[in-house]
Amino acid sequence: MITAASLLAAPKEETFNPLLPDLGELIFGGVAFIVVLLVVGKLLTPRIQKTLEDRADAIEGGLKRAEDAQAEAQRTLAQYREQLAEARHEAARLREEAREQGAQIKAELREEAQAEARRLIEAAHAQIEADRQQAMSQLRGEIGRLSTDLASRIVGESLEDEARQRRIVDRFLDELESSNTQAVR
Amino acid sequence: MSALTVLATSPGGGEFHAPGLELFQWDSFAGEGGPTWFAKPALLASLGVLILIVVAFASFAKPKMVPRGVQGIGELGYLFVRDQIARPFLGKDADRFMPFLFSLFFFVWIMNLFGVIPVAQLPVTSRMAFPAVLALMVYVMFLYYGIKTQGFGGFLKNMTVPPGLPKWVYIMATPIEFLSTFILRPFTHAVRLMGNMLAGHILLALFSVVAYHFLVEQLTPLGAPVGVLGVVMTIVFTAFEMFIQFLQAYVFAFLASMFLGEALHPAH
Repeated sequence: MITAASLLAAPKEETFNPLLPDLGELIFGGVAFIVVLLVVGKLLTPRIQKTLEDRADAIEGGLKRAEDAQAEAQRTLAQYREQLAEARHEAARLREEAREQGAQIKAELREEAQAEARRLIEAAHAQIEADRQQAMSQLRGEIGRLSTDLASRIVGESLEDEARQRRIVDRFLDELESSNTQAVR
Repeated sequence: MSALTVLATSPGGGEFHAPGLELFQWDSFAGEGGPTWFAKPALLASLGVLILIVVAFASFAKPKMVPRGVQGIGELGYLFVRDQIARPFLGKDADRFMPFLFSLFFFVWIMNLFGVIPVAQLPVTSRMAFPAVLALMVYVMFLYYGIKTQGFGGFLKNMTVPPGLPKWVYIMATPIEFLSTFILRPFTHAVRLMGNMLAGHILLALFSVVAYHFLVEQLTPLGAPVGVLGVVMTIVFTAFEMFIQFLQAYVFAFLASMFLGEALHPAH
């Protein structure tokens, strides 16, 4: 008679110890697990690990990155402000320097111009003096001649002695000159 | 058992046979004298490997940032193993051992699940070879990582000399610890799973045999209620068995994670 138990199982004659593994089955089980380990473990698990990491990164990391970006922006802003202040400072300094330089150049130019003017004036004075001297000596000769002419005509006699004649003229002119300079002063 | 036997034998001729260990003995497909492993457990194991690989491919082959369909279920499984099994013991090393622990948990679970899948109806892990080879791998990894991170002497000392005991206690504690950690551990690890699956399967078989015997083979007014009880208990125990199958897979992977954790992070 067929019983349920005999339908369910395939009985064996020899005594069976469920604690003792069958060696062939042990190897087969090991291979089966290693196949799973290689395909599921080594090949597929890292993919989901990476995806989960990327997702966590996209969420947490996104916030973190936003914070970082903000901090970076703040830092950059502060840096720019600092640079701007520095640039302003530098510009002010340059302006100041330029002003100083300009003032110095102006002063130098003025001095040079004044010196030049002085020099010109002196040269002009010297020229004038020379001209005056020249004119004076010419005049002296002319006036001498004219006065002798005039005097000889008036006196009617010619003053032959030229040395005396000159002395007289000189004396006359000196007198004239001293009275002249006195008048000028 | 005796009450059942009495009930079964009293009205008609048919003898009631309670199912036993013959449930776990299978003839080789190659016939008498063929390789003993080449039988139903190996066939189911191959099928389990195939199912695992197919489902894992469907879930994780091209993972999306926003999970959809099978990937969502796969991720649920991954996160369960990571957060409940790997991280409590391995901490920052959890990710490194996830390929192993994830494969281990689902391999054991699907091998257990064959116990309640119609037609298959044999938990592959009730055959000692399967838990044994897995426990052996865990044991080898335990020894390898233990010696690698703590050195041979340090590993031996950390495992067998629990700190904070009075000196004379060590005379007893150290041999016991050594025995339990290095000798018995792989054995208990494997037997815990195998025994649970074996017992659960015998129990399920018993209830279904009771139902079949008293409702089909020997239908009697006295026996029929017992048969109905058998049907009810078969259904109830199938549900319970599914829970145990999951639990044992969890415990197996959990212990593996714990052993690896002990090897990698010695208690101070």
